[in-house]
Amino acid sequence: MIQSKSSSLFVAAAALGVALSGTPASAQWEPQRPVEIIVPAGTGGGADQMARAIQGIVAKHNLMKQPIIVINKAGGAGSEGFLDVKGSAGNPHKLIITLSNLFTTPLGTNQPFSYKDFTPVAMLALDEFVLWVNAEKPYKNVKEFLAAAKAGGFKMAGTGSRQEDQIITAAIEKAAGVKFIYVPYRGGGEVAVQLVGNHADATVNNPIEAVAHWRGGKLRPLCVFDAKPLPYNEKIAGDAAWSSIPTCKSQGLDVEYLMLRGFFMTPGATPDQVKFYVDLFQKVRATPEWKDLMNNGAFNTTFMTGKEYVEWVAREHTRHFNLMKEAGFLSTN
Amino acid sequence: MSGDGKAANQGPAHRNIELAAAGLMGVFAILVVYGALQAGIGWGFEGPKAGFFPFIMGSILLIATAVNLWNGWQGSKTKIFAEWDQLKQVGAVTIPIAIYIAAIPFIGIYVASVLLIAYFMMRISSYGAVRTALVAIGVPLLTFIVFERWFLVTLPKGPLEAVLGY
Amino acid sequence: MAEFVNLFNGFATVLAFQDVNIFGTTLSLPFNVFIMIVGIVLGVIIGVLPGLGGANGVAILLPLTFSMQPTSAIILLSCIYWGALFGGAITSILFNIPGEPWSVATTFDGYPMAQQGKAGEALTAAFTSSFIGAFFAVIMITLLAPMVAAFALRFGAAEKFAVYFLAFASFVGLSKEPPFKTLAAMLIGFALATFGTDHMTGSLRLTFGTEILLPGFDFLIAVIGLFGIGEILLTMEEGLKFKGKDAKINLRVVLQTWAKLPQYWWTYLRSCVIGCWMGITPAGATPASFMSYGIAKRVSKNGKNFGNGEIEGVIAPETAAHAAGKSALLPMLALGVPGSPTAAVLLGGLLIWNLQPGPMLFVENKEFVWGLIASMYLGNVVGLIIVLTCVPLLAAILRIPFGIIAPIILMFCAIGAYTVRNSFFDVIMMLAFGVLGYLLKKTNYPLAPLVLAMVLGDRAEEAFRQALVGSGGSLGVFFANGLVSSIMLLGFIALFWSVISAGISRVRGVKPATAG
Repeated sequence: MIQSKSSSLFVAAAALGVALSGTPASAQWEPQRPVEIIVPAGTGGGADQMARAIQGIVAKHNLMKQPIIVINKAGGAGSEGFLDVKGSAGNPHKLIITLSNLFTTPLGTNQPFSYKDFTPVAMLALDEFVLWVNAEKPYKNVKEFLAAAKAGGFKMAGTGSRQEDQIITAAIEKAAGVKFIYVPYRGGGEVAVQLVGNHADATVNNPIEAVAHWRGGKLRPLCVFDAKPLPYNEKIAGDAAWSSIPTCKSQGLDVEYLMLRGFFMTPGATPDQVKFYVDLFQKVRATPEWKDLMNNGAFNTTFMTGKEYVEWVAREHTRHFNLMKEAGFLSTN
Repeated sequence: MSGDGKAANQGPAHRNIELAAAGLMGVFAILVVYGALQAGIGWGFEGPKAGFFPFIMGSILLIATAVNLWNGWQGSKTKIFAEWDQLKQVGAVTIPIAIYIAAIPFIGIYVASVLLIAYFMMRISSYGAVRTALVAIGVPLLTFIVFERWFLVTLPKGPLEAVLGY
Repeated sequence: MAEFVNLFNGFATVLAFQDVNIFGTTLSLPFNVFIMIVGIVLGVIIGVLPGLGGANGVAILLPLTFSMQPTSAIILLSCIYWGALFGGAITSILFNIPGEPWSVATTFDGYPMAQQGKAGEALTAAFTSSFIGAFFAVIMITLLAPMVAAFALRFGAAEKFAVYFLAFASFVGLSKEPPFKTLAAMLIGFALATFGTDHMTGSLRLTFGTEILLPGFDFLIAVIGLFGIGEILLTMEEGLKFKGKDAKINLRVVLQTWAKLPQYWWTYLRSCVIGCWMGITPAGATPASFMSYGIAKRVSKNGKNFGNGEIEGVIAPETAAHAAGKSALLPMLALGVPGSPTAAVLLGGLLIWNLQPGPMLFVENKEFVWGLIASMYLGNVVGLIIVLTCVPLLAAILRIPFGIIAPIILMFCAIGAYTVRNSFFDVIMMLAFGVLGYLLKKTNYPLAPLVLAMVLGDRAEEAFRQALVGSGGSLGVFFANGLVSSIMLLGFIALFWSVISAGISRVRGVKPATAG
């Protein structure tokens, strides 16, 4: 008796809520519930910041009727998040923002998921990597740095283990014939501070993680791991701008690495649903807040969707497989 | 502690529970040591491997457990853990909580909470139907509004919420 | 003193009148003060509900602040953070359920006080201590920011391990429980902390091929279960009600408690220093609260009574936790390294407002930084007033009969357990920990070492291994320089304190101890 009373009350109250929020019928698909963005990494990291920025931009400019909710599922180097999305087939209200652990985690830990399990939506940006050293150190360019590193015992601090930072380190070792001691930390900010405090000899921090120390005259960028110099000309430290950092390749260190900041949907999402989110991200990209974010982090603003994006992801997967195989990071079991 | 010096046949012996607790810890310790061995317990160039610490912790725990087992064995045989009536009370909440948790994936946390509060108010205390209904429905409903609407925290929801569009 | 001029300008920023449009009429209001009050109230609510941590609350509200001025926005967010710090103590004292990890140590004496009918006193002491700790930290930030930031830079992996070691050593010592039971409890905590992904090698351990064990065991889940659920089971065994007598329900209790507090000035000072130290290093508020509690227990003449409702046992952890919580913001502003998860989310906010944390923030965005620091002063005062007026109201919650409050507590425990990681498995674990907590308490195993080992275990292991990777496996790294050696030495002294103090009293002769 109590129960029937309770549910009828509940129904009445909730029906009122529905009536107020309304459910418009239109030809195009659009979300009927709050949209969850799963972040397969901890709070405060690059992916988390981007997801929360998008949440804010969508809310501020009213780009979607339903709100966005950001949920962190960082366990097991992100597998917690990926497995959750993999297991939510057919739920169009769930997106995942990826970083390189889309490739590195299944390869390195043998977790049962792969990029093929998810429905690709769009690449929003690529995160750059820069080789940093402490500004007090005498080496001013890559050649001098590598010559000094040949003596051995140089410590490279990086984020996580068997992930992007360690993969780049292994690639540098191979390309230049040097050996580093790789020390893993939990977050990029912590890594940069280890370098400022002279507890490490070099890092491959993302621009946004190290820019403050560069401006403060504590760190020095040596080269950027991209095919061409960064396009941002604004002066940052003295006369130097992001654009004045040479590419590593031009300095005789043939290593390139960019990290995906893109979105995927749950398995089995329909083209209609994908199209809605692609359009949404296009609108996000047009806002001034997004441009500021790109500028601050010196991101590579390449945008891709559809077939182009799928092919890019497949190529990256192969590349990670090869890089990790050479470095001996593949899971053995 | 409680029931000290009372007749021994009114509840399980404290000693038995003590031994069971220590035994449980022993099983846990063996599990940890086994898992650590799987992960590798060596001490390489890069310092200890993944299993090194769990292995040490598990091993010392095993030793500590052995001492606790021995001490437990020596303990008083007459002291009781708790009276059966008291344990019945504990069971009277533990089992409903277990059912409550088991029900969450199926009917959602809000509906399950309505039932839990109603059970507590009517069975464990004896409140009337009206007051029970008021609290049992009001509190989860308020919680729903705070979490789902204001703070946008999504909690497990069941068919009722799905029908209502959440 | 350029700092004072800057601070004065900061106050001016916070108190400035702005034109605010309310219901069509434009009023001139100190908008930032209004924002501050809203933030504190929200923060207290967030701190009380176990499902909404400070980090969670700040993250959720962050997007709402994008349309505000950066100074107003950061005031709102940081006041939520302060409010959450205040709020965490409330459930610890009333129900033995720590709303936040750093209020675990507050339960040790706060909850027994509430059971003895002194909930109002415990709450007042907790709030006042929070205020004092936070205020001390803010003064330190005002005066010493650049120096402190430079000092924080000296902490590499080895130094961090030494700090964790010191925190642990100062808490663990002789307790009234049998030593091997204390040891077992501690080791269970350490072992639980190692489940899941090994951050150093990226490999999995102790997952036994399952998916559910991937994220490992979360500290908060264990705490909600062991303390909260365990307590409800104990209460059921002992009869149907919380043992708390009706607390006095008037504001006089605040003044009566205040009259008692000055005699603990030395505890306050010590806890403030411990808190600031732990906040900067940055080990964080939770280890700070345990360390401060442990040291107070040893040093205080009432040390033997700790755990049975000693007011000093509330003062020490609360003061240190808040001093640490505030000073953790300093490394964030000056170095861009967050000292806590909440600080990490605030950091994200700064970036979105185009404010680059780091050494240049103090130079380039003076108005913002000093506005924030001024808001810490004012926010604290406002916060204290708000929570103190709520003391009678909060104490009255204990009058709600067990049959009503218990299932509501259970619901919030389940919500809290779920929201930590959005995992249903965690809710099951919460109940398992609850039954375990009941069993352990009945069989005389102490819970505090277990919980502390769980907090410190995986961080300490990580720092230990980072240091060893860098040194090529040599343990000498923990004594490589003056800083790390002296912290390690302090740690060893703390660890063997009871042995040492026994030795000292023996050397002094057979005179019986007076403080016994």
